[in-house]
Amino acid sequence: MFGSFIKKSRAKSPWIMHFDCGSCNGCDIEVLACLTPLYDVERFGVINVGNPKHADVLLVTGTVNHRNKKVLKNIYDQMPEPKAVIAIGACGNSGGVFREAYNVVGGVDKVIPVDVYVPGCPAKPEAIIDGVVAGLAKFAQKVEEA
Amino acid sequence: MDTLILVIIGLVAGPILGGLIAGLDRRVTAWFQSRQGPPIMQAFYDVAKLLGKEKMVVNQWQILCAWVYLIAAATSVALFFAQGDLLLIFFVQAVGAVFLVMGAMAAKSPYSQVGAQRELMQILAYEPVLILVFVGFYLVTGSFSIEAVWSQEMPLLAKMPLLYLALGYALTIKLRKSPFDFSTSHHGHQELVKGVLTEYSGPYLALIEIAHWYETILVLGLCALFWHTNVAWMAVLLVATYMLEILVDNTMARMTWRWMLKRVWVLGMGMSVVNLIWLYAG
Repeated sequence: MFGSFIKKSRAKSPWIMHFDCGSCNGCDIEVLACLTPLYDVERFGVINVGNPKHADVLLVTGTVNHRNKKVLKNIYDQMPEPKAVIAIGACGNSGGVFREAYNVVGGVDKVIPVDVYVPGCPAKPEAIIDGVVAGLAKFAQKVEEA
Repeated sequence: MDTLILVIIGLVAGPILGGLIAGLDRRVTAWFQSRQGPPIMQAFYDVAKLLGKEKMVVNQWQILCAWVYLIAAATSVALFFAQGDLLLIFFVQAVGAVFLVMGAMAAKSPYSQVGAQRELMQILAYEPVLILVFVGFYLVTGSFSIEAVWSQEMPLLAKMPLLYLALGYALTIKLRKSPFDFSTSHHGHQELVKGVLTEYSGPYLALIEIAHWYETILVLGLCALFWHTNVAWMAVLLVATYMLEILVDNTMARMTWRWMLKRVWVLGMGMSVVNLIWLYAG
């Protein structure tokens, strides 16, 4: 019974950590907009934490480049399992308009496994909330299989 | 036998009530910010989720410290429900507080270290106030035992109102609410990325959260002793006190530890001493 309560709780309490891989700040302010009273994601139990050790979901915005890929990997490794990664915006998904640049690695999935891609430039808050919900469903499934 | 039953009630009811209070707290805070807020059960979901996460530690000390913090908090609540000695309760909860600081100090992370230093300052601020409140109990009842409180005819609030206000300071610090939330904090404040709790994760963070619920219940229990003659008035007093805490939390900015020491030592301890002199002379 307690085990099933833990499983149920996972989807009800996603603590989010937001990492900006050099985004233009467009997607970042949309992520923060989700936390404002208008969208109020806290009603789903979401807390925006600043510490990978407390986080369940990693939101990544911006293009990954050769400088910050190590930081991204490090943050990902510090998150305890089970965890989910959500790439936000055109840059996070594929590198966006910067994908051909010499310093750019490409999308987030070149460095860490991504569960959900949220498109948009910038991604809409509704799409981000949708992405987080889809990510939670995915990681619930992952835990089930493991 | 009765004592044993009371202890078990305390150990079981402590975290349940504490978790519900934490959930209500978030609802009321959300209401202040014209949001809807999470379900009342949210605190339980959070802890259950944390218990199910991977066990990641920086070193073995953290495990010990988290457990000692939880056991000390639970023991102090059990002693409180068993009508034990206030001084013993005080010392047991102090052990827990010290182990929380030790756990944070065990990791090299600067956030954790700064959080630990600030937590020490907070302990330095509220412990003297707490002990002065207990001295007030002694002066009124002639004993440090909680049992002696129940034999009083009048509510203690009539005799030690200033000590109650001073206990309010201790409650705010213990609950880590603004303006005293600088060692760690709830919600979105992220100045120190959770300070003392930075290096804790998963199940060990859950242990600390449960210990925090116990401590909330302990300090609210101490507040409840001030109106022991009538259960209804006791409830009114507790609800009013906690609502005031949430209001203060939402309307105050975080202050520095120097401000806290000055405020709590001068005002909190000043009020306590004035009340003690009044009790002693009267």
